[in-house]
Parts: sequence; C-alpha cells; structure tokens
Amino acid sequence: MQLKSLTFKGGVHPPHHKHYTEHLPLKKAEVPKLVIIPLQQHIGAPCDPLVQVGDEVKLGQKIGEPKGFVSAPIHSSVSGRVAAIEQRPHPGGGLVLSVVIESDGLDSLDESIKPRGNLENLTAEDIKNIMREAGLVGMGGATFPTQVKFSPPADKPIDTVILNGAECEPYLTADHRLMLENAGDVVLGLKAMMKAVNVKKGYIAIENNKPDAIKAIAEAVQGEGDIEVVSLKTKYPQGAEKQLIKACTGREVPSGGLPMDCGVIVNNVGTSAALGNAIKTGMPLVERIVTITGSGVKEPQNLVVRIGTPFADVIEQCGGLADNVGKVIQGGPMMGIAQYTTEVPVIKGTSGILVLKEEDLGLKPEIACIKCARCVDACPIGLLPTKLEGFAQKGMLQEADEYHVIDCIECGSCSFICPAKRPLVERIRLAKAQVMAEKRKAKQ
Amino acid sequence: MDYGNLVVSSSPHIRSEDTVQRIMMDVIIALLPATAASIYFFGFRAMAIVVVSILAAVATEAVIQKIRKKPVTISDGSAVITGLLLALTISPAMPLWMTAVGAVVAIGIGKQVYGGLGSNPFNPALVGRAFLVVTFPVHMTTWINPMDGVSSATPLNLLKMQGIKTGYMPLLLGNVGGSLGETSALLLLIGGIYLLYRGIIDWRIPVSYLGTVAVLTLVLGSDPVFHLLAGGLMLGAFFMATDMVTTPVTKSGRLVFGIGAGLLVVIIRLYGGYPEGVLFSILLMNTFTPIIDRYTRPRIYGEVKTK
Repeated sequence: MQLKSLTFKGGVHPPHHKHYTEHLPLKKAEVPKLVIIPLQQHIGAPCDPLVQVGDEVKLGQKIGEPKGFVSAPIHSSVSGRVAAIEQRPHPGGGLVLSVVIESDGLDSLDESIKPRGNLENLTAEDIKNIMREAGLVGMGGATFPTQVKFSPPADKPIDTVILNGAECEPYLTADHRLMLENAGDVVLGLKAMMKAVNVKKGYIAIENNKPDAIKAIAEAVQGEGDIEVVSLKTKYPQGAEKQLIKACTGREVPSGGLPMDCGVIVNNVGTSAALGNAIKTGMPLVERIVTITGSGVKEPQNLVVRIGTPFADVIEQCGGLADNVGKVIQGGPMMGIAQYTTEVPVIKGTSGILVLKEEDLGLKPEIACIKCARCVDACPIGLLPTKLEGFAQKGMLQEADEYHVIDCIECGSCSFICPAKRPLVERIRLAKAQVMAEKRKAKQ
Repeated sequence: MDYGNLVVSSSPHIRSEDTVQRIMMDVIIALLPATAASIYFFGFRAMAIVVVSILAAVATEAVIQKIRKKPVTISDGSAVITGLLLALTISPAMPLWMTAVGAVVAIGIGKQVYGGLGSNPFNPALVGRAFLVVTFPVHMTTWINPMDGVSSATPLNLLKMQGIKTGYMPLLLGNVGGSLGETSALLLLIGGIYLLYRGIIDWRIPVSYLGTVAVLTLVLGSDPVFHLLAGGLMLGAFFMATDMVTTPVTKSGRLVFGIGAGLLVVIIRLYGGYPEGVLFSILLMNTFTPIIDRYTRPRIYGEVKTK
C-alpha cells in the first residue's frame, strides 16, 4: 500500500458531516408493502414493461426489457402483484413510467436466480452477460450501464480498471460501510471486471478519511498481486472519474473523451460488490445501500434498501423527519438532486437520502462577483468559472465554448466556494447544455 | 405523506461560510496597524482625513445607488476600503474638503459609473488619488514631517531632488515624511502577511511586484532596500495591486501583472518626472488585466493540442 496519499489540482474542502452514520453498521430495511420501480434507472434508453397490471411477480424477476444498447434491464425487488404501470415522480426529476408492485411479503425467488459458478470457470463473455442480465449500472450516482462500459470498441485497448471508493461527497457513508463490511464482494467484483476486459492492473482508490476501509480492503486483496489499494487525499471532488484517473495513473482523459480513451474503466465499489453478489448468488440488482442522513432525519442510518421503496418509507424507518425540514436530496449535498416530494422511490443510483433543515440550507442572496478567483483555484478541470458564468449570463455561447465550457464536470466546487454566493455551476451547466446542443445541430 | 414546502434548487446544496463582507473586513483589519501608525505620527489631522475620506466614499456610494434605484450595498464594506485606502495615499496636510472630493471621484468615477462593485476596471482609490494629483498638485505634494509638523519632503523626493537617502530604520518604522499610509513599511508588511495568512490575497502579485523592483533597482545601480521601503510600494503591493476586482484571476496572470507593475515603478522612479511611480504602475497594469487573463488561461485537464 502507498504511504503517500494521491490527489489532483484544485478542489474544495466542504465539512465532512460523515459522523452521523460512519460508525453505524449496515441494517436491512423492512421489505416495503409497495414498491415503485421506474423503467428508467440508468443513462440511456428506457425499458419496456414485461409485465401487466394484475400479474404475479417474483423477487428478482425481470420486469423491464432494455430497448437499446445503452440500457439496463429492470427487476422486481419484491414478490407480489403488479398494481399499476403508470407515470410516477422520479428522483432524477419529472415523471417516468413505473411498475408499482404490492408486495406479498414472501420474497419468493424467481427460478432464474441461481449461482453463476466460480470466477475461474467464467469467460469474459459470461461476465459481461452477468453484468447485463443483473441490470448493473454505475451505483455512484451516474447510473451508466456497466456492461456497456465493458464493451469498448476494438480500437480502445483497456489496461486498467479502477474501483472508486473515494466517496468524496459529504454526509454519505454507504460506500464506506460496504468496504468495511463486505470487502470480499468488492474484490470479487473487481477481479471479474478485470477478467471481463482481460487487464492485469486494478486499483481500489479510497480517501484517507476512511483508514478502516483502506485497511479492510487491503486485507481483502492480500495475495492479489494485480490489485493495488490507493490512498487518496480527502478533497472534493476526489471521486470524480477524471480526477480519480489522474490520481491513480497520472493519465488524463482527453478533453471531450471518455476514460476508455486513456485505457481506463472506472466503477463504483457498490457496482463491483453488486457484480460479486450477482456471480455468487445470481441475484440481480434489486437492493442497494443508502445513507439516510442529515440534520433533518431523527435517526440517521445506513440501510440496505429494496429498489423502488419510497423515500417516505425509508425516512420513516429512520425515526421520521425532524421539524423545519428545508430540503430532501437524493445523493450528496454537492451534486445531489433536491426533491419536491418524498413519494419518489429509491433507484439504482440512490447513494443517499440527505435531509437538511431549513437553517442548514445557507440560502443567501447572490451579490456581485468581486473576481476573487476562488472558483478558478477550486476548479478541478482548470476552467475559469467566473468568466464562464459571465458568458452564460450574457448568452455568449461562442466565448463559453472557446473557454471550454463543455469540459465542466458540474462538480459544484465553484458555487460552493463563492463568497458572493453566486450559483456559478447552475449557469455554467445551462451554457454547457446549450453549446452541446449547438454542436449536435451543426453536426447534422 | 406530503411535505409540501420542500425547497428545490440546483446543486450544490451547501455553501462555504465565506462571504464578501468577511473578505472586506479582513482587508480593513489588515490596514488598521498602518492606519493607527499614521494617526500616531500625524495626530488629529490624519484621523480627520481617514474619517472624512471613508464617510465621503460611503455616502457617495449610497447616494448614487439611491439615484439609480439600485439596492444600497454599502454594508459590503468595499466603499469603506476605498475611502480608507485613498486616505492612506494622501498627505496629512491635505485640506479636508479636497479629501472629500477625492473620495467622491473615487467612488463616483472610479466605481459606480461602471456599475458598482466588481465591474470597475481601475482601482477606485487610485482613480481618486490620480484625480487629486492632477487637480490639486501643490497640496498633493506638500508633505510634513511627522516629528515636528513642519514641511518636509518625502524620502523619494529627497533622493530624486537632492540626492539624500533616508536611512532604513526610519523607513521601516515610519517616522518619515509622506502620505498617511506611506510611512511605516513594517506595519504595512504585517497587514500584508495577515492577508496572505487569511488566504485573501495571492502571494504572486506582491512577491513578483516587489521582486521586480528589487532586482531592477539593483541591476540599475540603485539601492533595492531603500526602494522597497520608501514611498507607497508596500501599500501598493499588498493592498492595491492585489485588489481582486481589477487584477488578473489566473495565477500566471498575477505574476505578469506584478512584474509589469514593478517594471513601471522602476522606470518612473528612476527616469520619470515623478518621484513616485506606484500609483501609475498599478493603474496602467489595471488596463492590461483583461488581456492578461485572456492569454494566461490555465491549461485545462485533458486539453489536447489541436492544429
């Protein structure tokens, strides 16, 4: 193991707030009476429903069939009866066609679920099939279909797989507890991933504010010469894909490119453990670890929650909401999505449910930019957020493009650090979307 | 279950504690030792100039914002700093009404005509001082000795006109002729170090500015220590060339800015008509700030050379 902690240039140091849950062992959440399972829980094409209202479904049964290459199947997280297939609020925003299932509380397993054998006997194709059939997506929050990541074009040779255990978002401890309590599945998943693309180099990268997780993972990789545990400096956004690749390998993803353009595939430790579990038991992705935390929750916890459980049910199991709740957020405070209702379900990318009291929101009116350049120092990409925000506000898209707006990773470090409380990333994100749309139009 | 009043806004959902007010407060704190010294050396006159300058600056800001029907933002502290900085650049012998005129010009023409905080291309206090230098040249160059209150010249004047070099110790401590804030290099340095420690200013500008002056004066056969300690260089290097609004946002840009300003100071001091060049060195470099920013953009992550 390295003694020195690796990192990147820029970034910010938000308060960790991990004390709420970092020492709380994982607990199984109650099996919900009703699950709402959106047919889109991933980046890419939505799924078509495979069931009809009134159908009996089993735990682990496939209920959504992918409509395109970049997609992932959806499985039932309970056994019971399909009560409705309708548009429901989605934690990613908007309404999404969802399968609503009333649980019979029996958890009767679908017959397709059986162990997939030893890793030694599985071929690369077998592993990719398991990834696809288990409905694996990036569980750090981005929810990109895993199997697609492992199917790079022939001209993009992959030589490295990195597991992301940085968990740089404040408050969240789901990955931390996973690495502590189930290091075995994490490592098994990584070995399978390495086999799937035939690479000899794997990293598991963890921020140094989780020394116990670094120790647990280091013990689990004893004797695995191909896998290196990397200690990272605790700094946001250390777990951003590009920053992680730079810290581990010294390589940079070329501007406008993907990690595979520099020979790397990055996955969240949660995804890896889900793959390990799918190989061992055959169980698809029907539950995940969620950190329910923040000043607005009475008893913060790390729960293993069935996909489709409404936020409200989960929060209820954590003692309910405190008074004066200001925000309910899916994910962490830096990149998470604020919800307008707690009726939204936990999905494959829900790493946390963060509830902040009104007084913690720190909502202050924005004032004029004084060009202090803290955003410039904080930007992990090396952009000039103060300039980009100006261009965005004035609709100067050509200039925004010239200043590399599309390289913004939307980490929010600029908005966090701004003493004038300006919503920099919000405006830059908008300009980025506009510039990308223009570029697409120009291509056609 | 419905919690109908949830706040929905874009990420990030947490913000740092830092505010513009806090930054401005730190700058004021950093200026206090030098301000106190000027009052110690020059007495009531200095205090009156400081008070009048600050009041005139703040009042001008408030009145213009009222007329423009904009929110009055004097509580951000920036007008206080402009008033204080202007006071520190003028002679203790200055009539109070001229001081007030300078402060009105600093805020009015130096800042508000461009739209207020953050939009001005030039350091407002230096605009005010430049106006006073050309409008009231006699009063702006009448200096008094802090010890006995009689007329005297500044160390830079003495060197330029009579070839007399003031000793290092008086320059450091501040019992020399000059404007309010030009006197004690040591206390200005302490204030500057406070700002560096608090992360308010970047070391690049003061270091490259002072470094350029030291190296150039040495090469050109002058006394670098004297030139660092005399005149407004310390005040300029730590408090004016570091003004966030009017200086580059890029790290390498700040080095360019400091080197450019240092070059101009030495040219003006050694070859120009004025004994002191700090004022114009910074104002001139302010004009280059946008272009410096443009050509010193940092390399971005993953940037691929095209062409």
